[in-house]
Amino acid sequence: MEISTIGPVSYYKTMTVLLLGATSNMAVALARHYASNGHNLQLAARSSKEIEILKNDFSIRYGITAEAYPFDALDYHNHAQWYAAIPNKPDLVILVFGYLGDHERATHQWEESQKIIASNYTGAVSILNVIAHDFEQRKKGTIVGISSVAGDRGRMSNYVYGSAKAGLTAYLSGLRNRLTHAGVHVMTVKPGFVRTKMTEGLPLPAPVTATPEKVASLIYKAAQKKKNSIYVLPIWAPIMLIIKNIPEFIFKKLKL
Amino acid sequence: MKQMTKSTVSNWGNYPSIDAKTKSFTSVSELDQDQLPEASYIARGNGRCYGDSSLQSHIISTLKYDKILEFDAKEGIIKCQSGITFSTLIDFLIPRGLFLPVTPGTKFITVGGAIASDIHGKNHHVEGSFQNHIIHIEVLLASGDIIECSREKESDLFMATCGGMGLTGIILSAKFRLKKIETALIKQVSIKARNLDHIFDLFEEFKSTTYSVAWIDCLQGGDKLGRSLLMVGEHATKQELGSDESLRNPNGKLKLSIPFNFPNIVLNKITIKIFNFLFYHKQIAARKESYVNFDKFFYPLDFINSWNRMYGNRGFVQYQFVLPIENSKEGLRKILSEINNQGMGSFLAVLKLFGNYEGLISFPMQGYTLALDFPIRKGLFEFLDRLDQIVVDCGGRIYLTKDARMDKKVFEKGYPNLERFKNIVKKFNPDLKWRSVQSDRLAITKP
Ligand SMILES: Cc1cc2nc3c(=O)[nH]c(=O)nc-3n(C[C@H](O)[C@H](O)[C@H](O)COP(=O)(O)OP(=O)(O)OC[C@H]3O[C@@H](n4cnc5c(N)ncnc54)[C@H](O)[C@@H]3O)c2cc1C
Repeated sequence: MEISTIGPVSYYKTMTVLLLGATSNMAVALARHYASNGHNLQLAARSSKEIEILKNDFSIRYGITAEAYPFDALDYHNHAQWYAAIPNKPDLVILVFGYLGDHERATHQWEESQKIIASNYTGAVSILNVIAHDFEQRKKGTIVGISSVAGDRGRMSNYVYGSAKAGLTAYLSGLRNRLTHAGVHVMTVKPGFVRTKMTEGLPLPAPVTATPEKVASLIYKAAQKKKNSIYVLPIWAPIMLIIKNIPEFIFKKLKL
Repeated sequence: MKQMTKSTVSNWGNYPSIDAKTKSFTSVSELDQDQLPEASYIARGNGRCYGDSSLQSHIISTLKYDKILEFDAKEGIIKCQSGITFSTLIDFLIPRGLFLPVTPGTKFITVGGAIASDIHGKNHHVEGSFQNHIIHIEVLLASGDIIECSREKESDLFMATCGGMGLTGIILSAKFRLKKIETALIKQVSIKARNLDHIFDLFEEFKSTTYSVAWIDCLQGGDKLGRSLLMVGEHATKQELGSDESLRNPNGKLKLSIPFNFPNIVLNKITIKIFNFLFYHKQIAARKESYVNFDKFFYPLDFINSWNRMYGNRGFVQYQFVLPIENSKEGLRKILSEINNQGMGSFLAVLKLFGNYEGLISFPMQGYTLALDFPIRKGLFEFLDRLDQIVVDCGGRIYLTKDARMDKKVFEKGYPNLERFKNIVKKFNPDLKWRSVQSDRLAITKP
């Protein structure tokens, strides 16, 4: 992201933003936020039909350039080739894809565990390895990874998902460390509860639950300020601080 | 399918409310047969109908299905998914010199809701209802098939879907014509009317003006019965505004909001009296011309967020009927006298004129329509039953999208094409997969 300062106001150059996993409610909210601020979009997701629809909506509504690139996070062997085929490389990459899955099933069905691990961790590592390499060589760019508070400490109710997100969080922090030296910024985002199709109808506690639009605007601002790691509602910072600091001999007895 | 959890749902009148499971979707594949295991569902847009039209134990919310699919700025044609709201569309259209062909008194409704209720605006007498501007729509049937229909193609399905309250299927998308405008302002003339005869004369005088609406002061009786304020308007042209830039700049922001339910006593007769007095007398001159922002002209109530809460937690009903043109004046006189005699003042009483456009099952017919709000209280439903009788005797009908209580007989008398409508519903929705609390109450979806 390049900033030129004219007088007291900062003008951000138009960027090209690549959204990996562009069809989720959070990704759509992010796309709208960036597009309404004049940035161009590259939409990547499995369903080519859905990203085609999104592409039209964004370009009609915001008058920006939007491109659609069908993408499968689990198709590791093609990631390098897939990225190489994008003519204009992005300035900002936001990795949104992930899969909550069914924890109960995951505990006794390997396929579900594998899907959770692959969608949240392995697939992310695979594609970000490729993009990191390009950004490092070009010595610019920003990578935003959507991880989760679930990765801060394993809990009995979702530790398969949590451990995959913990892996992603650690990966992003290592990547940040490496790429800083090339002038590339990496930001980790840990949303708490978000009101999406995935959580529809669940009785989420209102004070700690954000809408996708709120998440999008917070990410937008935090990425501009080059934050390293954020919780999406600030209230999650003290909550997770407490959760992380409960001594293990007590924690293990809690039903969380 | 993901477990849907129940929550309490009600529409704009906060009456009735039911426990329902809601499912949203962004792609039609999420509405596959095996994703909808329950026996029946009803589509729901933004919940701006007043009663039970979009209520059911299983609801399909269209709000996330909200993309613009095609847009032709030159021809003024748009195609969009059904869950997009008028408010989003207006924000998009106004800077491009375009406007919705028909709009209700709130912009917080969806395109799907506009079609399912075949909504009307203040321009019905000149431009008809929403369906008159549709090129085609796509409907998801109970069988899982998606059918594109229009007046020419699959016209039965089209006619039964416009105004059909979601009973033929889920409207997925619509392509419709927009209106070209030069400015975001409306050139408005407001005129005081002394009584019912006077307001009818004024509607007649302005019958070729695109937009017209009157607010009646319900508490006036005798020779002041029907005292009202008529507002008529046209989209202002650039030439009219000259070079005054300040006039061209749209500036309608939501100002007030009502964060919680008012105690039930607030809207008693006295407050209504004061409101109506202020409204009528705030304008001193008999006729006043002005330029007003489109937001203020079309959506005055949207400036108060959640105004429906001021009726308290018991909720309220809106009562909207239309009377055939030849019986309009006498019928209105009877109804206004009845309201007056019973001291059943209504905070809002909005009078509009419908032109000669009718649908198969749509509400409008040529004549006058009045919309009234009544807080729920003892004796109200009996009182409304009496009004129903007057409406039916005049050959009129009640608007389904506002209704929460009418008797099935009143409904059947008001809608002469009902049998034909039911047959089309049966054809496309044979197992009654799409049905609402309202359609069951009125025995439209009786197995
Ligand atoms: C302040 C206010 C002023 C109003 N003024 C007017 C007015 O001037 N003129 C007028 O005509 N109406 C008016 N209305 C009523 C409103 O326009 C209608 O009730 C409209 O249908 C609401 O749309 P919605 O998106 O909120 O749909 P909902 O209220 O959720 O649903 C309304 C009906 O549409 C059906 N439906 C919704 N989406 C779909 C879909 N995708 N496919 C199939 N069926 C669907 C539902 O099943 C239900 O039967 C007003 C309402 C309010 C609150």
